[in-house]
Amino acid sequence: MCGIVGLFLKDRTLEPKLGDMLSDMLITMTDRGPDSAGIAIYGAASAKGTKLTIQSSAPETDFADLAQKLASSGIQADVTVKSTHAVIETEAAADEVRSFLTDKPSMRVMGVGDNVEIYKETGLPKDVVERFGVRAMGGTHGIGHTRMATESAVTTLGAHPFSTGPDQCLVHNGSLSNHNNLRRELVRGGMRFETENDSEVAAAYLTSEMAKGKDLGAALEGALGDLDGFFTFVVGTKSGFGVVRDPIACKPAVMAETDQYVAFGSEYRALVNLPGIETARVWEPEPATVYFWDHEKAA
Amino acid sequence: MTVFDLSSATLRDLNSALHAIADGANDTEFEVVNPRGSHAVAVGIAKPVSVEVHGSVGYYCAGMNDGGTVTVHGSAGPGVAENMMSGTVVIEGDASQYAGATGRGGLLVIKGNAASRCGISMKGIDIVVHGSIGHMSAFMGQSGHLVVLGDAGDALGDSLYEAKLFVRGTVKSLGADCIEKEMRPEHIAKLGELLDKAGVTDVRPEEFKRYGSARKLYNFNIDNADAY
Repeated sequence: MCGIVGLFLKDRTLEPKLGDMLSDMLITMTDRGPDSAGIAIYGAASAKGTKLTIQSSAPETDFADLAQKLASSGIQADVTVKSTHAVIETEAAADEVRSFLTDKPSMRVMGVGDNVEIYKETGLPKDVVERFGVRAMGGTHGIGHTRMATESAVTTLGAHPFSTGPDQCLVHNGSLSNHNNLRRELVRGGMRFETENDSEVAAAYLTSEMAKGKDLGAALEGALGDLDGFFTFVVGTKSGFGVVRDPIACKPAVMAETDQYVAFGSEYRALVNLPGIETARVWEPEPATVYFWDHEKAA
Repeated sequence: MTVFDLSSATLRDLNSALHAIADGANDTEFEVVNPRGSHAVAVGIAKPVSVEVHGSVGYYCAGMNDGGTVTVHGSAGPGVAENMMSGTVVIEGDASQYAGATGRGGLLVIKGNAASRCGISMKGIDIVVHGSIGHMSAFMGQSGHLVVLGDAGDALGDSLYEAKLFVRGTVKSLGADCIEKEMRPEHIAKLGELLDKAGVTDVRPEEFKRYGSARKLYNFNIDNADAY
């Protein structure tokens, strides 16, 4: 099954409540998949430049003195530790931090960008949300996922969202059938993979298409032709938010739009606490139809 | 009138009360408030009760209904009125996928649109949709009627048996072995009766086209009968 949610705010006064609203939406979807949960929040840009969200299987040792360890490798950075994750904010290039991490396999990069922070772990959504203090996080848009694993193991790295490019992330309900072949093609094209998960392939596909100059909408149109299987995707970029379902459309999806927000839920239940939902335009996204919104294009 | 507020009462309370009604009971009117997308609201009704649901419901509302009248003043999630036996289910808003699936009898009225697979494997139910329906609707429909005032999506009536389909708008594509058929007087009469029952007053049966099985697939060929 899996449960997915997304929230794209139009009304800036709601931004401080993004984490709180998204947490409620995700927790409501717990019974669609209790294996693991994750959330991506597009928050304020770092004054330093780049944000990297790092996950560690040994946070006590890895994160102790992480800022000093980075400094001794010539990377000046602020480090904020949240349970098993740490956010590194730095003026250095993301690749410098990646090089620093190459001989430290207990630490993995969850996401990189100007705005995005990604938190994911095994366990119930309510525990994951609590552990990372998601409710206190503000932002412009975010997506979340609660997983019932099918195509790969129940691990932190198998949890969603998947991020394969700067400020890009994806959550998926469904299963892909051509992911192995597509992964080989993407690897040949220079994409890097952390897992054997099918959804990571979808994320990398979109990253690869956008790197060719497509916008999110055009990349999602391409996915309809190039990805085989069942999918409802919710995707975030630095300023955009997109939704697409495969042509069979057996994975559920409900959307709501008001002057204040665009919201996505696997079920209507996820949306019932949103402000003004009683009078919102509520609809089921059509099969094989791309929906996307962009803060920059709206501005 | 018994009122269940699902923000405080449990779904089990509601459905148990609906199942506990004795034959000939007088107190058969129920109201449900704050359903907030709950699953399985008013399933398994087996008595002629009336249930008014104020708000939208999730999966499988009014499933297996046998004789009840359930009205949802909102939209319904997947599988509304699945396997209905008899009675009436009315959705004032939209319905998600496989509305009325496998229904054996009764009337399902959807005043908005229905998504994909509406009436899949229908076995005697009558479904009237005021809006449009999605792809693969009435797939393997065996009997009953599907009436659509709007348009139908791809692959309407794929692998159809004897269900009768009436569409007023356009059909994006017909499924395997589904063809347009002549509207004879008995079809006009039946359609008029169904529109009446569904409360449709501004539309004439003559505005519809009828679709049904061409009966050309394997199972319709007598030469295949000795395979068993």
